[in-house]
Amino acid sequence: MGQDKIAKAKVLIIGAGGLGSPALQYLVAAGVGTIGIVDFDIIEMSNLQRQILYTVDDIGQSKAITAAKKLEALNPEIKMESYNVQITNKNALEILENYDLIIDGSDNFATRYLINDACVLLDKPLIYGAVLRFEGQIGVFNLADETTKSKTNYRDLFQKPPDLASAISCNEVGVLGVIPGIIGTMQATEALKIITGIGKPLANKIISYNALENTFYDFEIVANANSSIDYPKNKTAFLNYDYNWFCNSNLDVATLSVDEFDSLRTKEKITIIDVREKGELPFVDEFPFTLIPLSEFENWVSTIPTENKIVVFCKSGQRSLNAIKILKEKFPDCKAYSLAGGIENWKKSR
Amino acid sequence: MEINLLAFGQIAEITGKSTWKMTGIKDTNILIKNLEEQFPALVKTNYSIAVNKKVIQENTAITDKDTIALLPPFSGG
Repeated sequence: MGQDKIAKAKVLIIGAGGLGSPALQYLVAAGVGTIGIVDFDIIEMSNLQRQILYTVDDIGQSKAITAAKKLEALNPEIKMESYNVQITNKNALEILENYDLIIDGSDNFATRYLINDACVLLDKPLIYGAVLRFEGQIGVFNLADETTKSKTNYRDLFQKPPDLASAISCNEVGVLGVIPGIIGTMQATEALKIITGIGKPLANKIISYNALENTFYDFEIVANANSSIDYPKNKTAFLNYDYNWFCNSNLDVATLSVDEFDSLRTKEKITIIDVREKGELPFVDEFPFTLIPLSEFENWVSTIPTENKIVVFCKSGQRSLNAIKILKEKFPDCKAYSLAGGIENWKKSR
Repeated sequence: MEINLLAFGQIAEITGKSTWKMTGIKDTNILIKNLEEQFPALVKTNYSIAVNKKVIQENTAITDKDTIALLPPFSGG
């Protein structure tokens, strides 16, 4: 029986954000026996337009723990495991091993390639979803379809990630809140289809949805002979693979580690710029800085003093790269650095 | 010979349109060169190409009435 298979299934959802919120709600409501939730992020005001598991009372709380608490109220019979950690190549195999099916609801390319490679190594089906503005993508990787019997993955579709500065995130350019709702719900649908064995899962396919045009367009993926070039072929190679470097390698921006940043700011007079939008967490009062949100950066770039070294930070170290790109266009000779991993990483290492 | 182009995400933003037609394109290499001349921002942009819904990895012949889709990766979640 289908319900029996659902009760026995173990599903891991990486990212309890825009995609994870609806996917989790439907899978918990459907009675999936064991559900794992991985997220190291905290809930922010700007998340609430799409991350519908949370309310204003939850701001500042852990996503993984808050999500598990709310979902237990929806269905107390489910075994819920929350992992309040960042998924990395050091912990991924250990966590993923315990589940039959993985759902990717992450929000950056380094994590997407990492999850993909871990699923290939462990031979687990991966339900991929991604959103931007008014569009979304959904597909199932590493699952054989009935006709071709072959398996394909994210690297067969996108052999290389875009450079980090042109990789834009939902917090910067936005996404219509219902788009992850639609794509996340489709991810839950695919999960239930795969668990129960009904219908045709989106294996070796990806669907692109455009809300403005009301169109669904599907792409058939075939194994890419070239995709194996960059791919970690065994567990040791996976553990040693630098996903941040892989997703950042075509960008020439100097970065500072937490220690390098701390030593620089105590040794010399530097200009520190926060490019997050107003009101973003975490709050910083440990050192003086100027707030110039990335959305207004081009208007204000000419006011930035360039006689001292400049350190730009954002939440995770992605937007700061973009800001430095703009800064370097205006002042090609300025000495500008990005705080690697952003302020979140800095706060954590203290 | 006329072919149909479909662009998604950032690609549609760069080209300023999500559907259009092109003529005189014999294969995907010629298509890429032609697109990059028209829209220089595409040179630095990462995208996959599908010919009649099938994602291609190498230069592929294009024939009359084919539909070519240009799909960039998204990372948002």
